[in-house]
Amino acid sequence: MTSALLSVENAVVDLPTPRGNLRAVDHVDLAVGAGRTLGIVGESGCGKTMLSRAILQLLPKKARLSGRVMFDGQDLTKLSAEKLRKLRGRSLAVVFQDPMTSLNPVLTIGTQLIETIQEHLELDLAEARQRSIELLAAVGIPAPEQRLAQYPHQLSGGMRQRVAIAVALSCEPQLLIADEPTTALDVTIQAQILDLLAREQQRRHMAMIIITHDLGVVAGRTDEVAVMYAGRVVERAPTPVLFKQMRMPYTEALLAALPKLDVAPHTPLPAISGRPPDPTRPLKGCSFSPRCRYSGERCGAEKPQLSPAETPEHLYACFHPIAAKVSA
Amino acid sequence: MMLQAAPDPLMKVENLVVEYSVGGKTIHAVSDVSLEIARGETLGLVGESGCGKSTLGRAVLQLRQAVSGKVLFDGHDLTTLKGEALRQMRRRVQLIFQDPIASLNPRRRIGDIVAEPLVIAGVKDPEERKRRVAEVLAAVGLDPALVSGRLPHEFSGGQCQRICIARSLVLNPEFVICDEPVSALDVSIRAQILNLLEEMKARYGLTLLFIAHDLAVVKAVSDRVAVMYLGRLCEVGPSEQLFARPAHPYTALLIEAIPVPDPDVRPTQSVPVGEPPSPIAPPSGCRFRTRCPRADARCASEVPELRLVATGQFAACHHPLI
Ligand SMILES: Nc1ncnc2c1ncn2[C@@H]1O[C@H](COP(=O)(O)OP(=O)(O)OP(=O)(O)O)[C@@H](O)[C@H]1O
Ligand SMILES: Nc1ncnc2c1ncn2[C@@H]1O[C@H](COP(=O)(O)OP(=O)(O)O)[C@@H](O)[C@H]1O
Ligand code: SF4
Ligand code: SF4
Ligand SMILES: [Mg+2]
Ligand SMILES: [Mg+2]
Repeated sequence: MTSALLSVENAVVDLPTPRGNLRAVDHVDLAVGAGRTLGIVGESGCGKTMLSRAILQLLPKKARLSGRVMFDGQDLTKLSAEKLRKLRGRSLAVVFQDPMTSLNPVLTIGTQLIETIQEHLELDLAEARQRSIELLAAVGIPAPEQRLAQYPHQLSGGMRQRVAIAVALSCEPQLLIADEPTTALDVTIQAQILDLLAREQQRRHMAMIIITHDLGVVAGRTDEVAVMYAGRVVERAPTPVLFKQMRMPYTEALLAALPKLDVAPHTPLPAISGRPPDPTRPLKGCSFSPRCRYSGERCGAEKPQLSPAETPEHLYACFHPIAAKVSA
Repeated sequence: MMLQAAPDPLMKVENLVVEYSVGGKTIHAVSDVSLEIARGETLGLVGESGCGKSTLGRAVLQLRQAVSGKVLFDGHDLTTLKGEALRQMRRRVQLIFQDPIASLNPRRRIGDIVAEPLVIAGVKDPEERKRRVAEVLAAVGLDPALVSGRLPHEFSGGQCQRICIARSLVLNPEFVICDEPVSALDVSIRAQILNLLEEMKARYGLTLLFIAHDLAVVKAVSDRVAVMYLGRLCEVGPSEQLFARPAHPYTALLIEAIPVPDPDVRPTQSVPVGEPPSPIAPPSGCRFRTRCPRADARCASEVPELRLVATGQFAACHHPLI
């Protein structure tokens, strides 16, 4: 990855809690290039949101971040608050799970779009207004002119997420981070929103990070996938490689646990027993070992490091990986 | 209506209509829905958010009064029962909610929460209550000695859902409505809870109405599936058959929209842009016509009735796919 737009290097996020230190992100390395899409997958609480907040420099006040976040040649962890604020509106954009987090409930859709555009681009009111209408149309909002006068609560959840995406795209960002953008939405709306993101990403040659807990969401829509467990990246590979040759038992278990349409009703699901470890009580060995069916003696004593498989782009952290399939 | 699941269904809903009124306007939440659920069967109910699934479930339980229609449970019309007779009948029918954490009283201990239905039902002997609570907690995979004295906030979402399931089973009901029981849970915990529901069904001989918006989840546990759109039923049929050969364009759309965990399956771009219209003023004729690729003039003027399209499969469409 020589020309990555974003590279996260050795990121660690620690949060002080009454129960002790909580390591939400544990030595994560990631990179994404212009025009590429990275998927980050993992269960609730595994650190996906904290990682994306670490990239955006939007961590809770008491959080401590170490490591580097290189974006377009500069280390974001070293930038002033003012520079970061400019960058976030302009080059770095984010869409959250709940669109109301990104939208202001007391301002009309038009005001929010026009203000964001005018803050970062040199356009007059009429031009900014015209630009807003185009953006709303681009994200599939019918009658965009009328919508400018409406408030977020007057729209459905799917419409609000479209508006949040329009606001995020309004200044032509170089990187868009979408944190569970469709988890709160129905399947048909989810498909529309994911299509929309993919279309805009291609058209603008943006880099994009999609965060989700559903392997189905990343399968057809990302170039690379990073699987997270207990704060760490435990497997990372180009998407087709990951699905054909997964090596990490956790990735396999996550995929197996998904109910599938081609399985007969009443077939017991291969559930993952137990749940992730308490993040304030990190395990000495592999974090997945209490739930892993391949676990051996070494797994409880030592932490497996993320290391390359057959190809340098495929990394996994496991002492007893699933055997590589022999290609016919 | 030819929707017979069995000669002697445990639950039979006939022409149920449920409305809400908000600011002088009427929300047509459930419009003329008829359903049957056989003894020991799981009927899945799917549809997008706001289509009326929960309202239907609540009206079946008499937690919301229907405008018209009947709810026949084991031959008794619940809509006409009152007082003690209704209470007796209600013990046999239970509900599990979507949000497990919110549905548990944060200030009460788990043992008391699970015992509450027994108290309400008049089980006076504390020893018997304790015994039954311990039994049902063990059945859902929790250690009664460890959990009984603790408070809900000490448990994860998946454990809270186990507690809710225990509470709903403690009176030995015959019929349980599960309203999106796994929607708030992660993939791995979801599989655990779905397996648990299947085990409990076998162990307690339950009949289930399983509500969800995720088709793959519904298929995993249901014998038959009913698809709902904007207050009306679109299609009902045996699970495998319905997913293999959907007859209603809306069922087909839902199936197409499911993200498949296989990178070789490119997501289809054919999902029409659009969202369900308002239930305050549903479209005339077929309510799905504003999003349907097959809609014509007849669809705007005539309400399609559920008709037999294949063995055991019914669809409400003028131009079905099969
Ligand atoms: N403000 C905070 N203070 C303390 N701990 C926090 C805070 N926010 C998150 N955490 C903890 O950090 C860990 C990672 O949280 P994060 O929100 O990043 O997970 P996630 O993968 O996004 O989960 P979800 O899918 O539930 O949003 C969790 O253990 C969580 O409890
Ligand atoms: N208490 C209520 N008052 C007014 N409208 C309601 C109420 N509960 C539900 N509705 C409306 O009724 C319709 C069906 O709701 P609901 O059954 O909760 O849908 P679902 O469970 O499928 O998400 C929706 O339009 C919803 O907004
Ligand atoms: S290191 Fe051991 S416990 Fe961890 S995933 Fe691999 S086999 Fe399982
Ligand atoms: S009745 Fe008409 S509009 Fe309704 S689903 Fe069938 S073809 Fe589509
Ligand atoms: Mg999150
Ligand atoms: Mg509901």
